[in-house]
Amino acid sequence: MLRTIEGYWDPILWIIAFIIIAIIAYIIRSAGRREHKKGEQAKPYFSGVEIPSDEEIHVSGENIYWGFVESLKGYYSIMKKMHAGRINDYVAWFVGISAILFVAIFIMEVS
Amino acid sequence: MNLMEHLPALIIAIPLFAAFLTPIIDRFSKKGRDAFVFIFMALTLILVVLLAKDVFDSKVPITYVMGASDPHQTIPTQSAVPIRIILEIDAMSIFMVIISILISFIGLIYSFSHIKEGGGKFYTLFLLMLVGMIGMELTGDLFNLFVFLEILSISSAALIAFEIKRETSFEAAIKYIVISSIAALFVLFAVGLFYGEYNLLNIAAIANAMKFTRIDKIALILLFSAFVMKAGTAPMHMWLPDAYGEAPGAVSMVLIATTQASLYALLRVCFTLYNESLPIIMPATLILLGLASIFIGVTMALVQNDIKRLIAYAAVAEVGYIVLAIGVGLYGFLKSGEIEGYGIKALQGGIFHIFNDVLDVGLMFLVAGGVIYMTKERNMNKLGGLAHSMKYSSILFLIGLAAVAGLPPLNGFASKLMIYESIYKVSPILSIVAILASILMLSIFVKIFQSIFTGPKVIEANEVPKCMLAGMIVIAGLIIFFGLFPEMIVKNLVEPAVNALLNYGEYISAVTGV
Repeated sequence: MLRTIEGYWDPILWIIAFIIIAIIAYIIRSAGRREHKKGEQAKPYFSGVEIPSDEEIHVSGENIYWGFVESLKGYYSIMKKMHAGRINDYVAWFVGISAILFVAIFIMEVS
Repeated sequence: MNLMEHLPALIIAIPLFAAFLTPIIDRFSKKGRDAFVFIFMALTLILVVLLAKDVFDSKVPITYVMGASDPHQTIPTQSAVPIRIILEIDAMSIFMVIISILISFIGLIYSFSHIKEGGGKFYTLFLLMLVGMIGMELTGDLFNLFVFLEILSISSAALIAFEIKRETSFEAAIKYIVISSIAALFVLFAVGLFYGEYNLLNIAAIANAMKFTRIDKIALILLFSAFVMKAGTAPMHMWLPDAYGEAPGAVSMVLIATTQASLYALLRVCFTLYNESLPIIMPATLILLGLASIFIGVTMALVQNDIKRLIAYAAVAEVGYIVLAIGVGLYGFLKSGEIEGYGIKALQGGIFHIFNDVLDVGLMFLVAGGVIYMTKERNMNKLGGLAHSMKYSSILFLIGLAAVAGLPPLNGFASKLMIYESIYKVSPILSIVAILASILMLSIFVKIFQSIFTGPKVIEANEVPKCMLAGMIVIAGLIIFFGLFPEMIVKNLVEPAVNALLNYGEYISAVTGV
């Protein structure tokens, strides 16, 4: 049992709780229709269009979270410029942060 | 001669000796070379375990004077100050050494099955990288720290460029060595300033003599910026996705441990060298840089299509959690009262997360390395359905994914919980950002899992070779073990490490006797 500031964390207790919840979920699932057989469902309606094959509708990595990225377009355009891969930028950020710290520590000394 | 007395020196000397012999053995037998490297690495691991036992039993830092007739006489009879190179090992340094050797050993096993061409060079550099890391973590001498930092940087750069047929890996290595050289110059300049001011190079002796003059302030900023940059903290993190992304799988994992060696150096500078004279602006800077790393790391990971670059950006965010916790810990250390207790908890969470980070992100890199090795493809858009043919890899990736995202009951959850709670006491905003970023982290890895492993099979691939699988299984086993028994790790490894950092007086008096 790991003591934290406000309480504790016990992974074993969590696993026991997880198993109990999984058993309850299984019992609820088992209470469903028993006469149902696999493959009986009708094809999902796809606006009248023939459903493409699994290979064709696989969502590739690029398209996942498209909406999220699109809504943050402004932020990402700045970030992409910042991460253009130019070594000059890498050094500039490093030296720039060091310079800011130098200025800050000496301002503190004066004040 | 009592060999046990010389453990600290042997832990550095054995891999160094093996590194120089490896290319010679490689000329005669490849299998012999693999066995040789394995035996020497295993021997180093055993010695580290023995040294760790000594350190935890002795309760005070162990010192070892290089080249002296009496390795425990830190100050020579005719002198008032330490002159020789002194290795100083407390619970914090041995904690880091355990991480370095364990991760290198697992990385070595992983590499056996796929490093065929140029293996002699690879293992030599791999051993040198280990020497650099361990040296940085064991040394009590600032100039020696610079030397080991250089060994580490040069060997790491060569390993990043190991797959030199791809131009991008060579470019990443060049960028890495340029930025590392500037950081090394910063460290060397700071060492020179201390030597000019105090005529000393030993960390404990300088800490004892510290007057926090204007020169000391300059040295502080130089050391602080160099190690924060080498740790991969935003906005100085840009070299990290290049380096991690282009290195071979096992090297990417060990590179995490190398950035953590820089974090260790940062902790040593803040808690031991400057200790209470450290200005409050330093923890505030760490908190800001930690938040920036978390935010930039997760948001940039979301738009990556290269598997390893994506994981590398997630690694930046993970470093952010550690730096944020260290910042809060340092803030508590410098302020007395109620905040001190939260600071200690934050520091414990941060130090625990150092171990968890290298395991969790390391596992992701190993699986990604395996996927790239088997498919020759690193673009996620061209991958899919690999769970059909790479069942074990996909399960192991799932374990790593859950651990990195901080899902219970795995190890990432335990350390992140400690961090969330303690930083909440300083400012709830810090906790909110950290938790939101963790949720984003989960979504990022769901993206990788969905596009690489699930869905219809779009690329043919077999399961990874056995050695690769063995390395991944060991890491996954450690993740599960750390997750199920976090209190064991915190009580036996993390708490002594944090106490060693906070009781800096013991580190100083072990050398100076004051």
